[in-house]
Amino acid sequence: MTGRDDNLISVFIDEEEFLVPPGTNMVEAARLAGKEIPHYCYHPKLSVTGNCRMCLMELGMPLKDHSTGEPIIDRRGLQKIGWMPRPAIACATRAFPGIHIKTDSELVRECRNGVMEFLLVNHPLDCPICDQAGECSLQEYAADYGRGYSRFVENKNVKPKRTRLGPRVMLDDERCILCSRCIRFCKEIAKDDVLGFVDRGSYSTLTCFPGKDLQNNYSLNTVDICPVGALTSIDFRFKMRVWFLKETPSICAESSVGVNTHIESREGKIYRITPRRNDEVNDTWIPDSGRILYKSIDTDERLIHYTIDGSHTLVDGAAKEAATLLREGAVAVVGSGRASVEEQYLLGKIASAVKAISVSLVSRTGDGDGLLVSADRNPNVRGALLTGLITSLPHANLGGLASAIESGEVRTILSFGEDLTQCGVEKQLLEKVNVIYFGSHCNETGEVAKVVFPTLTVFEKAGTFINQQFRLQKFLPAVPGPQGVLPDIVSLGKLCSILDGEAIPPTGPEGVWAEMNTEIPQFSAIDFENIPINGILIDGSQWEHLPFIEGMSLHYDPDNNRQIMAEVTKSK
Amino acid sequence: MAFKILERKPLNWAERTYLPQIITGLKITLWNLFQKKVTLEYPDVRPVIPEGYRGIPTLVKDPKGREKCVSCQLCEFVCPPKAIRIQPGEIPEDADYAHVEKAPKQFDIDMLRCIYCGFCQEVCPEEAIFLQNDFSLSGYSREEMVFPKAKLYEMGGTFPDQHNKWGKKQQAAEEAKAHG
Repeated sequence: MTGRDDNLISVFIDEEEFLVPPGTNMVEAARLAGKEIPHYCYHPKLSVTGNCRMCLMELGMPLKDHSTGEPIIDRRGLQKIGWMPRPAIACATRAFPGIHIKTDSELVRECRNGVMEFLLVNHPLDCPICDQAGECSLQEYAADYGRGYSRFVENKNVKPKRTRLGPRVMLDDERCILCSRCIRFCKEIAKDDVLGFVDRGSYSTLTCFPGKDLQNNYSLNTVDICPVGALTSIDFRFKMRVWFLKETPSICAESSVGVNTHIESREGKIYRITPRRNDEVNDTWIPDSGRILYKSIDTDERLIHYTIDGSHTLVDGAAKEAATLLREGAVAVVGSGRASVEEQYLLGKIASAVKAISVSLVSRTGDGDGLLVSADRNPNVRGALLTGLITSLPHANLGGLASAIESGEVRTILSFGEDLTQCGVEKQLLEKVNVIYFGSHCNETGEVAKVVFPTLTVFEKAGTFINQQFRLQKFLPAVPGPQGVLPDIVSLGKLCSILDGEAIPPTGPEGVWAEMNTEIPQFSAIDFENIPINGILIDGSQWEHLPFIEGMSLHYDPDNNRQIMAEVTKSK
Repeated sequence: MAFKILERKPLNWAERTYLPQIITGLKITLWNLFQKKVTLEYPDVRPVIPEGYRGIPTLVKDPKGREKCVSCQLCEFVCPPKAIRIQPGEIPEDADYAHVEKAPKQFDIDMLRCIYCGFCQEVCPEEAIFLQNDFSLSGYSREEMVFPKAKLYEMGGTFPDQHNKWGKKQQAAEEAKAHG
C-alpha cells in the first residue's frame, strides 16, 4: 500500500480508502475525504497543541506479528486492524500508510458529546449579543454534536466581559474556551508574543503580559481565528450580524503583496474586510491596516460628477472634451500603480494614441514588515510593466514633469488617480497646463483640472492586480459606486475609442481582456472570467532584472521568485 | 351534447303575485328581530380578542423597565416582508444595564409591510417582541406608519420576565465580586 509513484499513501477513513500525501494531519486528511472532524484549537496554519479535545477519533493500525514481522490476516483474508482502546486526537495524528480512523463511531460521538458538554458548562448564554453568532464553531458543533440541553445546575463562572487587549481587540473572558489559537498566532505568525493564560482550571484567563498590549498590525487576525466570540473587533463590534453580510472576493490594495480578502457588505455598505485563504499569498491572514481601507469610500470628499471647467456634464461630454485637449499634442500621462491591469492597458493605449511625450507612474513606498505589507505600497506596479504602460520602475517625484511644464514642453497632463501636487508638481505649475484628472476623491489636482472624471474605488469595480510574485489576481465589485459614476474601464474606454476611432468601447474587464489576449503575449489564453480565485502566475521573467524594492515577505523571496519565474517560463 | 336543455315551467297564478315569497321573507326578518345580535357596532363596540391573536408587533420592557431587546436582529432576518429594521448599538459601560452590553440604537417596524405572521415573536431569544391585540392602524403618510423604537415601547408596555436571565447574570456577577 505504500511507495506509489505519486508519493501518496493510502489511509482508511471510516473503512474507505483515500490517498493523501504522507504526514498529512488527519483533520486535513478527513477534509480531503469530504468528512468533517470538528475541532477548535487546531488551525491549518498554526502549530498543533491538541488542547480542545474536540477532534477525538478512533485510531487503528494494521497488525503485524511481533516475532516474524508478517502481517496478521483475519478470517476474511484481510490484514487485521488493531484498534486503540482509547480515542486519539486527529489534529496531532499524522497520516501513515494503512492508518485506519473512525470519525463517526458510537465512541467518537460520545466523546464529542462529552467535550461539548464540558465546553458549554461555563459558556455564557450570550448568543443574542455575541458578534460571533452565525460564524461560531461552538454554536455549530453544539447543534451538530451537543446534547441539546444543559444538565449544569451550579452557577456559571463569572469573568470579565469587556477587556481591551489592545486598540482593536476586545476580550470577553467568559466566552473563551482556552483553545490558545490567538496565543499561537501572536507567537508564531505575528512574532509579537504578548498573550498568555494565567490562573488554573476554570479560572484560566487569557491576558496580555504585564505592560504589553496586543497592538501589532496583525492583531485582528486573532479575532478571525477565535472559534468563539471571546475576541471581537472593536471596530466591527455590534455593527451588524454576520448572517446579513455578503462576501465578495477582492484583493487588498494596501501593498504589492496582494492579500486576498473578502469584502463583507450589506445593502451597499461595507461592514468589514476579512482575509480569504490563499496558501500562495497570505495564508489566512491580513494586516489590520488593510482592513480599514474601506472607510475612505463613504466620505464627502468623493468626486461624483463628470465636470468640464467645474460645470457638470456627462461622461460622453467629458470624454469628447478630454479627447480634444489630448489631440492638441504635447501630452504627459501620469498613470497609477493603484489602477487595475485593465485600466493601465487602456491608459497605455491612450498614451500611444496621442503620442504622449512621457508616461510616468508615481511610486509609493513604506517600510515592509516582512509579512504581508511590502515596501511597495502600489498594488499593481507590475501590471503597468506588463501592459507596457511603463518600462522602468516608478519614482516618487515627478520633477522631470515639473520642469517640462515650466519649459512649455508639456501642455496637457492626463493624471489617472494621482494627486500631482503631492509628487513634486506645484499647483501653480498645473494651472499653466490643461489637466485631465481621473480620481475618486477631491484633491488639489482635481481642483485645477479642466476635465474631471470621477472614478470608482477597488471595492466598487471589477479588475485585476498583479502582485509582487507576478501573480494575477482578480477582484469583483462588492458595493455599488456613487450614483452616476461609471466604472473606470468604461470612461477610459470611451476616451480611448474617440481617440483611435474604435466603434465599440469595452464595457467591462472581459472586453479589455479579449483585447489584451492578442496584444500582450503573457496574457494570451487568459480571460477574465477564468482567472482562478487564487490567482495565476504570469511570466514576468522579462522584468525580473529590475530593482524591485520589495524585500522578503510571506511566500515571497525576491531571489527565489526569479527561479519560480524561470519555471513558469519553461512551462509555457 | 354534454348538456340538456330544460323547459322552464310557466309560473302559476300564486307565484305570479309574488306574495308567498314576500311573506316568507318577512317571516325570516321578524324571527331574526328577536334573536341574539351577531353583528357589532364597530368601531364604537370592539370585538373580544381571542387568546393567541396576532395583532401589531410591539417591543416590551421587563418589570424593572429594562428594554428587553438586545438587537440580535433575528426578527429582522426572519421577517418575511422585511418590515423590521434594526440598528444595533452598545450599552455604555457606566449604564445600569451595562452587563447586557447590547441594545438597539434604532428599531423600526414598517406597519404597512407587516403581515402579522408572528415570526418575530417566535424567533426572539429574549422574548422582547410580542404581537398585541390591536389590529387597526391608520395614518396620513407612509412615514407615519413606520413605527420607531419609542412608539413600539409605548404600545408594548411591560411584560413579566419569567426567566430573568440578565437579572440572574447580574446577581452572579455581584456574588462573585463579594467572594473576591
